[in-house]
Amino acid sequence: MHTTTAVPGEHQFDVGQLTRVEGEGSLHLRVAADGSVDAQLRIFEAPRYFERLVVGRHPDEVLDIVARICGICPVAYQMSGVHAFEDLFSVQVDPATRLLRRLFYCGEWIESHALHIYLLHAPDFLGYASALEMAADHRQLVEQGLALKKLGNRIVAILGGRAIHPVSVRVGGFSRAPRAGELDELRGPLAEAITMAEATVALTAGLDTPPSERDVRLVSLRHPAEYPMSDGRIVSSDGIDIAPGAWNSIFHEEQVPWSHALQARAADGVPYLLGPTARLVLGAEQLHPTAAAALRATGLELPDIARNVFRSIVARSVELLHAIAEAADIVERYRPPERPAEPWQPRAGVAAWATEAPRGLLFHRYEVDEGGHVTAAQIVPPTSQNQAAIEHDLALFAPAVLELPHDEATRRLEQLIRSYDPCISCATHFLQLSVERAAETA
Amino acid sequence: MGAGAARVPRVGVVKLASCDGCQLTLLDLEDELLSIGERFDLVEFPEATSRRSEGPFDILLVEGSVSTPEQAEQIVALRAQAKLLVTIGACATAGGIQAMRNWGHEPTWRASVYPNPEMIESLAQATPVADHVTVDAELRGCPIDGRQLVELLTALRVGRRPQLPDEAVCLECKRLGRVCVLVAGGTACLGPLTQTGCGALCPGYARGCYACFGPRERANVAGLSGWLERERDAEAVDRLFPGFTGWAPPFREPASRAMARTDDSAGES
Repeated sequence: MHTTTAVPGEHQFDVGQLTRVEGEGSLHLRVAADGSVDAQLRIFEAPRYFERLVVGRHPDEVLDIVARICGICPVAYQMSGVHAFEDLFSVQVDPATRLLRRLFYCGEWIESHALHIYLLHAPDFLGYASALEMAADHRQLVEQGLALKKLGNRIVAILGGRAIHPVSVRVGGFSRAPRAGELDELRGPLAEAITMAEATVALTAGLDTPPSERDVRLVSLRHPAEYPMSDGRIVSSDGIDIAPGAWNSIFHEEQVPWSHALQARAADGVPYLLGPTARLVLGAEQLHPTAAAALRATGLELPDIARNVFRSIVARSVELLHAIAEAADIVERYRPPERPAEPWQPRAGVAAWATEAPRGLLFHRYEVDEGGHVTAAQIVPPTSQNQAAIEHDLALFAPAVLELPHDEATRRLEQLIRSYDPCISCATHFLQLSVERAAETA
Repeated sequence: MGAGAARVPRVGVVKLASCDGCQLTLLDLEDELLSIGERFDLVEFPEATSRRSEGPFDILLVEGSVSTPEQAEQIVALRAQAKLLVTIGACATAGGIQAMRNWGHEPTWRASVYPNPEMIESLAQATPVADHVTVDAELRGCPIDGRQLVELLTALRVGRRPQLPDEAVCLECKRLGRVCVLVAGGTACLGPLTQTGCGALCPGYARGCYACFGPRERANVAGLSGWLERERDAEAVDRLFPGFTGWAPPFREPASRAMARTDDSAGES
């Protein structure tokens, strides 16, 4: 254990580089003499200056570039960007294209959620260092996760050419839309995946979950007719209700000395939670009937899921099932759009929009000149916004585990951090856990 | 490694400045992943396992470009632990999209993103791994291609040279019988200059190649960029060359001209 005493009466506790998360970060805890804990999520991923990289570029190039912020959720970056530009340029996409975009996003949710549930998070609950080690005892389980992930990747690849950094998203639509019948290969796998995802919901609801109690502000998009994804208003569990481009009217970003990721906060300073749990609680009435039925069958109520941070794996599983069921519906009634993309003309102004990345609300804002070139950009990934809530939950949870041996304490704290599915590559990079402790036991 | 006496190679997968997409390509080999896990000992792969190792490695896959002072030290230490060091992806092999800052003034860029730029540690340039240490093999792409990764791992496991294509996207595109987006569609395309490996993806999706896999050997860069400037517009060159592999030496000259035309901070120092 790296225990040092920085301030008399304090202890610190460090967890080195966090594993099974996207990117590089660490955790530093300071334990005061009275046992209270202050947590710092340290993100040291090398900065890549994306907000500057897109300056001078045209909208379609921006869509290629921002995908590279994250290999796990490139579609989310392309969707927040493309909606922002289409909103500014008043482009009405074909309703069939809108459905294709939803299918595309469903593919990414399926791939990302299956990756996190089965390969990154389940090993914590079942006591393994990795999914590969877990496969020695639970081969069928890991194969099920891989089959689900493969299906999500396949959907993205059909529409976008490849699963990572797809190439087809353009302002106005896609560079190429699938022909009638081209999506039929997905029907069989989607039908099988519904059964597997139902089993996933039952499985994750039955996992032995550490006790955890919190009362957290939830934030997501809300749409009157569909589960939140690319459209709707930004709402919270305590009354926030703003347009998807108006993020800066309530929230702002701050730089903290311990992180390469800017931290987002609400004006009142109250931390907030994004992602599957927030969407599920705020958008439960829009769940696909298949997903709603599976959730009911678990016997878990929404407040049970919201209160316990470790139950995010259940919310993620319900969304996995939702995305598969919705994808199956879209494939079933697919008709190609009249043309792959609508024509558009640039207009000077501010393009701003938010969509729901697998990990939560992803906000983009671009200032654009008359020629359509970007002159300034602001990109706020979900992990930047969840940082304050993660630190808040760590401070609440840590006292219960800090008396355990260091390895065990680290394992439990990492399990909590993984509950947020942090994407540090998005936020920037690098996570390690350290704890400072009160001196009287030192 | 002979049958029976086979020792399972110790493999590390590490990252520098990158999006994680190339190492994710390994996890995206859903059909092969479990058998890869049986044939290789993944002793270091922080994105996928909590078990850690500082080496030694029989094979080390390195994603990302060298972008911070720490990474410049880290890659030297990693090299010392690796029998075979393989760079994976456009960041590790060519610098990646973040190498666009190499033409700008890094402190200006940093200050444009961070309100307190003095809190950030960063090198002025983002550079490929081969600028810092010896590299034994590379996989191109943004991201790398899963089939090429399987070929590389298979070849290393049995001790032969990996068979990777070194022809142009253009050639593969022709073989697939596609209508040329450049000649027939008038769309600027870097397919004639770019090494294939993607399956000539972009022309198949009705757009021009943007060089994810970087320049192929003996690419006639001046020929195509000059033609694009004459026959299309200079802007097409400005758009295409300063991209994901723009810092690769054969692309650097047209990318420099483009950056000089479009980047206000390029001349500052």
